[in-house]
Amino acid sequence: MEANMTSKEMLNSLLAAHYENAEKAHEEGKLVAWCTSISPQELLETMGIYAVYPENHAAAIGARKQAPDFINYSESNGYSVDLCSYARVNLAYMDILQSEAGNIPKPDLIWCCSNICNTVLKWYEDIAKELDIPMIVFDTPFNHSYEVTDQNVQYIKGQLLEAIDKLEEITGKKFDYDKFHEIMDISRETSIWWKKASLTARAKPSPLDGFELFNYMATIVCMRGTKEGRDLYKLWYEELTEKAEKGLGPWKANKETGIIPEEKYRVMWDGIACWPYLGVTYKTLKKYGINMVTSTYPDSWYIVYETGDLDGMAKCYSSNYVNRSLDFGINNVVNIVNDFSLDGIVFHSNRSCKLMDFRQFEVQRQVEARTGVPSIIFDGDQTDPRAFNEAQFETRVQALVEMMEARKGK
Amino acid sequence: MGELNKNNINELVAIAQNPKESVAKAINDTGKKAVGCFPIYTPDEAIYALGLLPVGMWGGPVKGNLADKYLQTFCCSIMKANTEQALLGDYDLLSAVLVTSFCDTLKCIIEDWKVAVPYLHIVPIVYPQNRKTPSGRAYLKAEIERVSAQLEQVVGRKPYTEADLSAAVDLYDEYRAASQDFVKAVSEKPGLLTASERHNVIKAAYFMDKADYTPKLKAITEEIKKADAPDAKNLTKVVVSGIINEPDGLLDIFDETGFTIVGDDLAQETRQFRTIAPKVGTGIERMVERIALQDGCAFLYDDKKLRGQMIIDLVKKTGADAVFFNQLKFCDPEEFDWPIIKKELEAAKIPTLYIETEQQMDSFEQTRTRLQAFAEII
Repeated sequence: MEANMTSKEMLNSLLAAHYENAEKAHEEGKLVAWCTSISPQELLETMGIYAVYPENHAAAIGARKQAPDFINYSESNGYSVDLCSYARVNLAYMDILQSEAGNIPKPDLIWCCSNICNTVLKWYEDIAKELDIPMIVFDTPFNHSYEVTDQNVQYIKGQLLEAIDKLEEITGKKFDYDKFHEIMDISRETSIWWKKASLTARAKPSPLDGFELFNYMATIVCMRGTKEGRDLYKLWYEELTEKAEKGLGPWKANKETGIIPEEKYRVMWDGIACWPYLGVTYKTLKKYGINMVTSTYPDSWYIVYETGDLDGMAKCYSSNYVNRSLDFGINNVVNIVNDFSLDGIVFHSNRSCKLMDFRQFEVQRQVEARTGVPSIIFDGDQTDPRAFNEAQFETRVQALVEMMEARKGK
Repeated sequence: MGELNKNNINELVAIAQNPKESVAKAINDTGKKAVGCFPIYTPDEAIYALGLLPVGMWGGPVKGNLADKYLQTFCCSIMKANTEQALLGDYDLLSAVLVTSFCDTLKCIIEDWKVAVPYLHIVPIVYPQNRKTPSGRAYLKAEIERVSAQLEQVVGRKPYTEADLSAAVDLYDEYRAASQDFVKAVSEKPGLLTASERHNVIKAAYFMDKADYTPKLKAITEEIKKADAPDAKNLTKVVVSGIINEPDGLLDIFDETGFTIVGDDLAQETRQFRTIAPKVGTGIERMVERIALQDGCAFLYDDKKLRGQMIIDLVKKTGADAVFFNQLKFCDPEEFDWPIIKKELEAAKIPTLYIETEQQMDSFEQTRTRLQAFAEII
């Protein structure tokens, strides 16, 4: 990596390298695994298996506005319009293997962790069947109790050990525990810098434009276990801290007027981004002086446990907020509201994600009751452009501004 | 041989069609407290061993907008119906409700219900997806024990003994074997029972004590075996797949358009009794093993995806002419299975009709047209 690179340059360069290296690994005959976004990649990297992430890739295809080509292909194969659009994009990509947003090689192995949803189990089951390749599942039972129970931890730990056996069988290699511990160290450090960078947004004004979180998320998914990933988030943290110390806000001066837009309102975004409308959602919020300072993403990849502690590892992978109870989810958002001095919340009712959606109404009610912070819910989708309406989004944002203004006036 | 007397069948059909009254009667007759059981699978044997009455909760035709407070429009209709009924207070005769988490919607339902229906004791249960591995088996055993302990506390029961649980597993396996005999007998005399009769006889099991239901079902099967087979040469024999084949209005169209059901792969029907527990081991080990053996279900992880082949095998075994895939709207696990099944059925050259339904639908004209058109091309 060149010296004096900004974190943004580094991000782009690392992402390009990630995709290039995946192709290279595939060409050299190394095993490539398709993995869910918050899965124990530590095991794969220990074994020298190249991990790529269909969710990341589908999001990139969505952001390039190329999703409809893939979605139409999947739907013509019988996949329902009501299914997760990442799945619909990826199940088409599995056949097409070509996209303007970059390519990932065909997998030799499926690596699936249900901590983000049960949908991935079904989606990946179909890939494993169609390509006739092995699938390894980490099943993280939904945590209906507030804390992750020991019963759940023991089950997940057992699966980690069983996965090691399977990987040894598949690769014909012995599992190298020294290397495993090294990757655990790096993964933990990367997670800590990712979180620290995102926490700089607590400053008022926030040095972080939260839409940047969506961009920087790509590498926390795919490079958590690498030194380059760790260095990227450390650099990003340093840049943001420097900005905060200078009292700089999220936005640069307008090129024509020279005026720096003011961060009037601070909100969080609940749910996945609307990738095909990233620009539209960003500009609409910014137009009203709204900075989306945070979301539920920072904690999703805060996977921090002691090196060598498989119980801790199992617990971490079960702890993702979507795998937690309603009470946990509500407390989580209330803490974010207080921690980041939020004025409002934007809830994305995402047609793709029933697990996020079907608790959203109650979370909204209870968070509002406890914090007084107003919020809106808008209809959209993570990659299918048909579910989002620009006019509806702006009307909802206007309503939010009115509510936030009224509250400030009190 | 002779004409089939349908008195026994009609009795079970009436039970299935009046769930609340049937459950109230079962509570009264047995003196047991009832425990609601969500789809797809629950440890009914353990509930039964505690001296309680497991009752199925598979939605219904109820319409309303109370559930809209918690759920967006694109939510599966069984869960919408259950939530609507819970908010209406319809479940007040249940002493506890076991809510499962086989899909993302169910995970949310448990959490929403904790707030929405404080009058109910909600007991969550999570089945492992890695159900064939040592870790998965150990987890399921622990989960059944945890749920049993929670039920003991909530309903105020003493723990069951090993003898209680083994007896309950035996009773449930007897019910499952009797149900297998019933569907086989029906398939051997196409046209003898209407689609609605077949469905409701199976469904009645959800609202009765299995000790009462099983002898009645056996009697019906015997009567079917003795009855004359009707002339079925103009009937189209179908295997039905999906989560559920409802409402009754839809089933009536099967008969009106000349379709007769000779087999099913439905979550609400055959998947409940297709797998019988092995005879060896303790009660709980047999329950765990049964789930490990239960293949071909959209709600239980299966990287081999055996379901399509199992449907093809069923078509061959029953001599069916076609497959009817009833896709309940917004049911993701079933929606993910369909494209693979479709491909396999096409390769096997089995004519298939795919229809999307909702439990609350009351207009069937489109379905009638599609079934009529389908009958013509077979």
